[in-house]
Amino acid sequence: MTTTTPAIRRARRWRVVLWGALGLIALAAVWELYKLVGPADGWLIGAQEGVTGSGIRLLPRTSDQAMPHAWEMFTRAAEPVTRAPGALPLGAVVLLAALVSLGVAALGWLVGVIVGFGLALLMLGFRIAERAVLPFVILSQTVPLIALAPLIRNWGSRLEFGAFSWESWMSVVVIASYLAFFPVAVGALRGLQSPDAAHLDLMRSYAAGWWPTLFRLRLPASVPFLIPALRLAAANAVVGTVVAEISVGFTGGIGRLILETAVAASSDPAKPWAPILGAVLLGLVAAGFVALLAAFLSPFRRQETVA
Amino acid sequence: MSNPAPQPTAAAPEPTQVADATEAVVVREVERIFPGAKGATVTALTGIELTVHGGEFVSLIGPSGCGKSTLLRLIADLDEPTAGDIRVFGKTARQARVEQAYGIAFQQAGLLPWRSVAANIELPLQLHGMGAADRRARVAELLDLVGLADFAKHYPDQLSGGMQQRVAIARSLAERPRLLLMDEPFGALDEMTRERMQTELLRIRAETGAAVVFVTHSIPEAVYLSDRVVVMSPRPGRITAEIDVRLGEAGERGEDLREDAAFFEGVTAVREALHGPAAAAAAPRGVDVR
Repeated sequence: MTTTTPAIRRARRWRVVLWGALGLIALAAVWELYKLVGPADGWLIGAQEGVTGSGIRLLPRTSDQAMPHAWEMFTRAAEPVTRAPGALPLGAVVLLAALVSLGVAALGWLVGVIVGFGLALLMLGFRIAERAVLPFVILSQTVPLIALAPLIRNWGSRLEFGAFSWESWMSVVVIASYLAFFPVAVGALRGLQSPDAAHLDLMRSYAAGWWPTLFRLRLPASVPFLIPALRLAAANAVVGTVVAEISVGFTGGIGRLILETAVAASSDPAKPWAPILGAVLLGLVAAGFVALLAAFLSPFRRQETVA
Repeated sequence: MSNPAPQPTAAAPEPTQVADATEAVVVREVERIFPGAKGATVTALTGIELTVHGGEFVSLIGPSGCGKSTLLRLIADLDEPTAGDIRVFGKTARQARVEQAYGIAFQQAGLLPWRSVAANIELPLQLHGMGAADRRARVAELLDLVGLADFAKHYPDQLSGGMQQRVAIARSLAERPRLLLMDEPFGALDEMTRERMQTELLRIRAETGAAVVFVTHSIPEAVYLSDRVVVMSPRPGRITAEIDVRLGEAGERGEDLREDAAFFEGVTAVREALHGPAAAAAAPRGVDVR
């Protein structure tokens, strides 16, 4: 029986926030510590005299160019993105781009979840489909994303009917969903198949058909398997979006911004870190969204505490 | 069994039923063969003949592998016999299942963990399209019947094993079935809880007047609860004896019955039927061995 009072729960929540903040500070501290004690030029083994790029670098360089101070990254984010008059602060540009990517990733996630769930239902309903589809579902994830991106862009651009024309962001959505559907298909199938034989017997004794059994038993029972799958799908959708933006050539998102700011690395070393942190933030927001979803579905996760 | 089959008019709980329908369960020549490894077959049941009268409490007892649970599953139409015929209230087992002629409870309570006690009991009613208000009234009735009125909003993980099993029994009674099928429902409970639940079951049964087919491997449990104990033996699963115990009306059987001489007589009779043909030859009075 749960006997936690609201006060205790509130205190716990604050503790979570506190630990999160401590983690961030610890990360920055480790960064600065290594920058302080690590060799400025890193540590190479097997380097040949006078040959640049030879040898294996086991420790990264700690020069200001390779590892700007943590606080520089933050102050840089507050400064204008370029010296052009009226330029927005770098941080704002990053946030705007992250927002665009978030929209694309969310769409990719949604498509992936729908497709993945549809496949899981298909495999649940037809034994034969499980045997026929599951190997391809697994196989699909072995195709490298880089190989896939130009193909999807190419096929998409040939699609044209009426007022509809293929935009490059759509290719990004397709690639993000391609990565997102896999954990959902596998997780949902496992979840839908998770009810005990006794529960299935019970539904049969009630003369409940396939659909009532699905809604009253299989769907609720699948939630504990589905939540981790949705979380994985969200992470995959974000990674897929960032990578696909670069390989498809979609401008306006965080992936493209990472590429653009990387060019400035030598003259403005703190600048490329801003969109990278932006991408991290994007991932956190996506994970937070799934956590929120999980909170709504928490009544269906009771059996996790029973077992 | 000294009585002939009950008269359809006088003894039947519902006189409007057609003739054969007064018998709760009629099993004829039933055989169940499972396919085994490499073309071999396992005969789980053979030549099963069993009649359960309306309102009668019949226990199936026997060692593991004697097919008692299989027989129950066949009656419940959760499995199909390879030969023979099963009638439940005069209908085929399938029709009886579709029409919700029986309620069923398993060894594992099998409650849905995401549903409250009330919602679990409500499940069959909800599946069969009963209105929300009617459902609420019926659930309240059932909660009273099993003594869990204060636990309607609790979740299964907040209940003890005995309470969970009570919820399962309430759920099996939701559709007011005239036949209850129970597969070792108290098998996972401790002895104290088990005895309390047995007395409880007798009371519930007296209140509902339902026939019960009860699978168990506890001799005292079978004797205490039943009107008739059906003894089964394995390899191949078959019925070897039927013993009338009937230690008084269900509602009047109390805890003191467990120390009664008639109770021990019944226990001895069932034990002898289970443990060998030598004992069966010297069957005590009132015991009918086939």
